This record gives sequence, C-alpha cells and structure tokens, in this order.
Amino acid sequence: MSLLALSNVSVRYGRLVAVRGITFSLGEGEILFITGPNGAGKSSLLRAIAGVTPPSGGRIDFADHDITGRAPEDIARFGLAMVPEGRDAFGGLTIEENLMVGTGMHSATRGWKARAATELEAVYATFPILKDRRHAQAGLLSGGQQQMLVIGRALMTNPRLVAIDEPSLGLAPNITDQVYERLTALLAMRKLTLLIVEQSSTRAMMVGGRMMLMRGGEILLDGDARALGQSEAMQAAYFGYGEP
Amino acid sequence: MGSLLQVLFDALSLGSLYALGALGIALIFGVMRLVNFAHGDVIAACVFALLWPSVDAVAIIFAGNLPWYLLVPFVLAFGAALSVACEALVFRRFRRANPATMMIASFALGFVIRYFLLMLFSSRPKSVSLLPALSQPVEILGARIPLLQLITIAVTMAVLFGLTAFLRRTRFGLEMRAAAENFTMARMLGVRANRVIMGAFALSGALAAAIALILGSQTGTANIMMGASVMLMAFIATVIGGMGSLAGAVLAGFLLGAVATVMQVILPPEARAFRDAFVYGAVILVLIFRPQGLLSARGTRERV
Repeated sequence: MSLLALSNVSVRYGRLVAVRGITFSLGEGEILFITGPNGAGKSSLLRAIAGVTPPSGGRIDFADHDITGRAPEDIARFGLAMVPEGRDAFGGLTIEENLMVGTGMHSATRGWKARAATELEAVYATFPILKDRRHAQAGLLSGGQQQMLVIGRALMTNPRLVAIDEPSLGLAPNITDQVYERLTALLAMRKLTLLIVEQSSTRAMMVGGRMMLMRGGEILLDGDARALGQSEAMQAAYFGYGEP
Repeated sequence: MGSLLQVLFDALSLGSLYALGALGIALIFGVMRLVNFAHGDVIAACVFALLWPSVDAVAIIFAGNLPWYLLVPFVLAFGAALSVACEALVFRRFRRANPATMMIASFALGFVIRYFLLMLFSSRPKSVSLLPALSQPVEILGARIPLLQLITIAVTMAVLFGLTAFLRRTRFGLEMRAAAENFTMARMLGVRANRVIMGAFALSGALAAAIALILGSQTGTANIMMGASVMLMAFIATVIGGMGSLAGAVLAGFLLGAVATVMQVILPPEARAFRDAFVYGAVILVLIFRPQGLLSARGTRERV
C-alpha cells in the first residue's frame, strides 16, 4: 500500500496549466527526488499535495485518506510535513517557538507534551546549532541554519512524509552538503519517507533513491536516480531536445 | 508642575484609547490582511448594547444598570460575540478575496451595523450615565486628574500586559503569532485557520468593547457615530505603527495621543480649532520619512 498516490492530478492558475494530469505513487520509506527545469510545475505539484493550491482535477490519496481539496491543516494532521521553497521560518519567533508551532496539532492526544519535549531534544541532537541559539529570533539565522530550522520544524510534527522544496536554493554548495548530510543521517535514524524537489539531478545522484523528471507540467522520466542521472534520455528530457 | 502632570495624563489617556483601537485593527490585519473599517461601528454597537432599543430622546438603560462586575464582562462578551459574528457571516466569504475587496466589504458591514443602530435607536445622541462614580477627580501632586483617566490608563496597561502574556506564553498565542507572520506556513504546520481568525476577531471585539466602556463613561452619551473618530485615529496609528505590528500600533497610538494633547496646549488659541489638521500634517511627515511605518511587520506575504 502506498503512502502517497496521485492520479491524474492537474493544477491550474486561471488559464495557466502548471501540472498536467500527473499520476504516480510513493511507498513508505522511499526517497523520491523530483527534478526539472524552472517552471516545470514541481512546486505547484507540492503545493497541491500540501493542500495550499487545491488541484483542479484528479485525486490525491495520502495515508489512507482522500486529501483532494482538503485544507492544509487537515493534511498536516494526517502526517504530511511540508518544507516550502525559500525557508519560511517565522522570523519574529524564536527558534524554539518555531519548532513548537507544529506540535500543537497533536494536543488532543494524550502525552503530547512529553512527546514534543523528546522530539525537541532529538531535533537539537541532529542540529546542535539550533540548540545553542534556541532563544534567538529565527530571522537572525543564516540561510543554512534556517534550512536546518525548517527541516527540524517539519520533523517536530511527527510526520510520515516530509516534502522539501529546493533545500539547496540560495545556499552555498558546502552548506548544501551539510544540509544533505544531516538529512541522510536522519533517514538512517528514523523511518521517514522523503519527497525532495530540486532543479538539478546532482543531489539525487549523490544521495540515491528514486528520481522523476518533470518538464512542462508532466513527468517525462521515472526511475533509479543514479541510473537515470547518467542516461542520455535525462539530458535530452531536461533540455527538451529530441522528445523522449 | 500640576499642569504639566495634567497634560501628561491627558496625553496618556487619549493615547490609551487610540492604542486600544489600533490594537483591535492590527490584530485582524495581522492574521488576515483585512483593514477592518467596521471596527468603529462595533465600538458604537457596544455602547448601545447598554440600552433598550427605543427612538425616544431619553434612553432606557438596560444592561447599563448592572453592577460594574457584571457590566464589564457583559459588554466585553457582547463585543467579542458581535465581532466573531461579523467574521462568520461576512468576512469568511471573502477569505480568498484580495485585501481591497475585503476592505470594501468591511466598509459595507460598518454601514449595516450603523444603520441597524439608527433604526433601533434613531440618530439622536442619548445620555447615558455609565459608572458615574468615575468622573470624580483625584488630587495627584497638585493636579486634579479625573479618576476615569487613571482607570483608562490602568486598564490599557493591564490589557497590554495581558495580551503580551497571552501571545507569548500560551499555545494559542504562539499559533496566532505564527499565523500573523505567514498564514499558509502556519496552516501547513497544522494551525487551524478558522480558530486563529475567530480568536483574533474575538480579541478585537473585546478591545472595541473596552473602548466603548471608556468612551461611554467619558462622554456620558451614546451616539451612533461615536466609534468613527476613534476608529480613524486608530487606523492612522496602525498605519504609522507599521501595518500588522502590534507593538507599533500601540506605540503609534500613544504617540498620536501625545501629539494631539500637546498641540492642544502649545497651539495659539485661534489655531486650536485646526488641531487635527496639524496632527494629520505630522502623520504625513512620518509617512514621508518612514513609509513602512515606525515598526514594520515582518510577514508581508500573501495570506490564506
């Protein structure tokens, strides 16, 4: 049984079609990279899954719920943690407050406070820099630290699927290395399904897992990241010469 | 010394009124980018909630006869309920509309409330003697300060501290601050949009009710237009404070109160009639040099 399943999902903004009838599914524990050039519809696809922009057609199932057209706060409760493009940390809140925002949705279940506290320590163990500056305003963090903060914040919600939009955007390559280092370390530690959107396929080839290539709102290729990354078809599809 | 103290208390109590009004507007602007021009009419409605509907010149005091410990919670609850009703019946339909549309809807709603009051109470101002014991003066260092002024300032301080504690220490406050910075992101972290917006409207309505109580006791009249002048100043305070910044709104509210009071004192008598023109002139100057407001809010992204 797959954790996330999209069937024939389309997203449009007025007359502009950003995503054209996409179908795919993602199993528990998988790592999926969605790559593709600017304007391929990657972010629109993520926004549709998170419920921010409801799909104009098709159906999305997540964790045994039909989430098509559901509100973002409901989808988050089913276990989807979204890390949007541009690192949306709440700049005026402290680091610790940022991390705690997402724990409130479990306040109906017993023992949530204790669990949140354990989770907080786990996140601090993964990202020690956050612990050192826990009472500092998040807006004062550097780009790389903010990226770690928003990933930590997503983990605090006890998610089943973490979707990250362009974690390397605007970061120096060595900082991006650090972010991915932590991400892969996390994967070794806990059961997590990852959906990562990146413009280039380099990261996907380094980390491994499954990769899909999107262009013009459609999925052109889908397969093993390392195998695909080196293939001729990938190059052709990315740059759009010689229809695959 | 005595007269200086008098000016200080005048400025503080007028500023309190503006600060409370500005907070009510900034709270709602923060979470949903709505400039709520119906706020002034909610204030007026709260004053009229003390009266029994009638078009006679002599007001029939209804809730206004309650002892203060029942009266105050009643008016606060009425304001909160009315404000929440505005959200549920009107603003909820405009969630995805652009800010200009929402603003116009708030104007329309304000007119609906105002004319509803007009229908029930007529346009004649009515005299209400609300909490008359408060108009007695108190002697402080040679200055005679009306007790009401002291209470106004004290209440405002209490509200400011209470609200700060609420926003900083409670889970709901944390969610509201997060939502004010980036609503979509907060929702993706499971923060319930409706709950936060309802909460903001309830708080804003209670603040309107607090202003209504102060205005009602200060002027001793109920007038369907009475919210409008406070609303205008409060709106200006939210703008020069930096739209959506709560601290900025409070600061600017007190600043406006101070400027207006000081102008009243230092302007030559023949120019005093034009005091407001000087105040607005100062506002224009502030906006020329700091168009983003004194303390600009951080989250200026798109809302829900």
